[in-house]
Amino acid sequence: MTATTFDPIAARPAPAKTSGAAEWIRANLFGDWTTGLMTLLVGGALLYAVTHVLSWAVFRAAWLPDHNACRVEGVGACWGVVAEKYRFILFGRYPFEEQWRALAATLLMLCLLVASCTRAFWRPWLVVLWAVVLGIFFALMYGNVMGLPKVETDRWGGLPLTILLASLSITLAFPIAVGVALGRRSNLPAIRAVCTVYVELIRGVPLISVLFMASFMFPLFMPEGFSIDVLIRVLAGITLFAAAYLAEVIRGGLQAIPKGQLEAAATLGLSYWQTQKKIVLPQALAMVVPSIMNNFIGLFKDTSLVTIVSLYELTGALSLAINSDANWRPFKLEGYLFIALIYFAFCFSMSRYSLWVEKQVNKGQAR
Amino acid sequence: MTRRPPPAKKVWTWRSRALRGLVYQLIAVLAVGLGVWWLASNTMHNMQVRGIQSGFDFLGRPAGFDIGESLYEFDSGQPYWRAFLIGLTNTLRVALIGIVLSTLLGTLLGVGRFSRNALVRGLCYAYVEFVRNVPVLLQLLMWYVFFAEVLPTAADAWTFGPLFLSKGGLSFPIPIWEAGHLWGVSGLLAGAVLAFAYRRWSFRTFEATGQPRSLFWVPLAVFVLVGVLGWAAGGAPAHFNSPVKGEFSIEQGGSLTPEFLAVVLGLSIYTAAFIAEVVRAGIQSVVRGQGEAAAALGLSPGQSMRLVRLPQALRVIIPPLTNQYLNLTKNSSLAVAIGYPEVVSIATTSLNQTGRAVECISIVMLVYLTTSLTTSFFMNWYNRRAAIKER
Repeated sequence: MTATTFDPIAARPAPAKTSGAAEWIRANLFGDWTTGLMTLLVGGALLYAVTHVLSWAVFRAAWLPDHNACRVEGVGACWGVVAEKYRFILFGRYPFEEQWRALAATLLMLCLLVASCTRAFWRPWLVVLWAVVLGIFFALMYGNVMGLPKVETDRWGGLPLTILLASLSITLAFPIAVGVALGRRSNLPAIRAVCTVYVELIRGVPLISVLFMASFMFPLFMPEGFSIDVLIRVLAGITLFAAAYLAEVIRGGLQAIPKGQLEAAATLGLSYWQTQKKIVLPQALAMVVPSIMNNFIGLFKDTSLVTIVSLYELTGALSLAINSDANWRPFKLEGYLFIALIYFAFCFSMSRYSLWVEKQVNKGQAR
Repeated sequence: MTRRPPPAKKVWTWRSRALRGLVYQLIAVLAVGLGVWWLASNTMHNMQVRGIQSGFDFLGRPAGFDIGESLYEFDSGQPYWRAFLIGLTNTLRVALIGIVLSTLLGTLLGVGRFSRNALVRGLCYAYVEFVRNVPVLLQLLMWYVFFAEVLPTAADAWTFGPLFLSKGGLSFPIPIWEAGHLWGVSGLLAGAVLAFAYRRWSFRTFEATGQPRSLFWVPLAVFVLVGVLGWAAGGAPAHFNSPVKGEFSIEQGGSLTPEFLAVVLGLSIYTAAFIAEVVRAGIQSVVRGQGEAAAALGLSPGQSMRLVRLPQALRVIIPPLTNQYLNLTKNSSLAVAIGYPEVVSIATTSLNQTGRAVECISIVMLVYLTTSLTTSFFMNWYNRRAAIKER
């Protein structure tokens, strides 16, 4: 009888590498034959498209502000139109020598927007800051103070107008929206009905009809001899429009508050307004911050519509700049691409910011 | 046994909630009523002072302008109401085609975000981010510049087989109607009936015996085959009215104007990016276990998406999808910026000619309100059908 000795079985081989670039490519691009085929087809098409676009937009492009250079056979994109017209595109019909004021006002406004997005500024005095900066913005743009020549609002245009319309209308729309959202959930049938009709009416019609109303019908609505600047009228139109959409977003947040919160508040003896102010709104608004941001992005894009009622913000300023100059008229597409890039830069950074805020808001719930 | 508390008696003192509620409501209604009355009386007064006529009687008068494209014949001698009707049909045409195209493209893009292929995933992501973050008006303008200015003239139109693409739009052959086509149409109808009957029969046998049969490909084949047979029985008429390249324009055949192409493509591409996000969020809302269970049953990833995950995601998808359809319909009003004669464009032209701002803008608002309410009614109906059937 032989003694049994412990004989370990051979160790299993180490698993195939699962990290690293080569493995990632194998798993994600050539997992099986259908994926591989897809990669080849899509990749081929992509390569074809990218080389053509690059050749048009970069290698064969004309960069100098010389419209004759753009008309040479074989030249691709004509970025000269941007080099030539960028001041007109960015500031519209604002007087050329005074454009530093528009630039300063825009930068100031941008700083304010960025500041409002950072946590250190989420304090009550932010409201005061907004009032002050808006005051300086209007003083810079309108002039007529401290030796600055007056610039009427019908000459305002380009990026400052876009930013002003978007940020001011969402700020003004916010309190209206909170009121309407509370009204739609009120126990009082008449108030509920008024708010519901307002929201459904506005949401059922396109923004452009609201803008037409602001520009054509508003003068008829007012008492005789009473006239308001078209910029203010359009701003009012956009504000009322944005408020209806914002109200629905906020109502979504209100609906998500569990009933127990209201009951607890009632037990503590809080009145309706105390309950809303101290219990419901802080929770509901925090929940819908990402949706509010999305709303703001939508509104920022929608400001391009004021072109149709002859306010020359970014899109309108571009059309004005190029249509007024026969030399550059064939190169509209390049101009459009340029402002598309500006809009994209703004909206994309805002959507990234909205993702960040979402994370911040959800931190409380994370365990 | 629980006893309900007696209903609270309403006490009409100043401290009672009931009275205060009543007062608030009265104030609100009065404020709104007074506001509307004030605006209306101002408007009346202003119209009188400026000598603006009011009323919808202008609808019966000759319009005096031509319309670039319409579903039926229109000339400037015809009344305004017919012009508005053309605007309405043009709006609906763009909205319907746009909804179909953007749903197809958006679903593909949304599903593409879950592809195992990183290239496809990345492309779908890039599409959504780029398209979503540029205003739709700007995109429409860009498409219009592309179709109306970048494309070659009719003389050197791009040719794809029988299709011509040029500054004049897209020209394509249309079949000429002949008596033989009637056979084809009746063949298709018969095919549809047969395919439907086959589907029901295979459902029944599946439930009785558990024997699975094709519910899609065979009925489709039956439908197409019977249709082709009917067409062949009618003598296989195949005469087309094909476009011909003329000296200055593409003649004959069917054609789509550059305005129409720009509006439909621009709106579909823009809305598809939003629909893609809606579809993605819907699919993500289906719990992981469903996909894993499908894989355990041996379904391929494609089958798992088509048969298990997508149908469940549909319940989450439908309400926001309705919103996107409504947005598309409302955004079709931007076509006014590129001169496509939809209802807003007709209204502004009429407004400039007659000066009846209130009436023209009310017509536009009424049209959109009606379409919005109808669309949401239909989608709510569909939503109820797709909702979970609970016992």
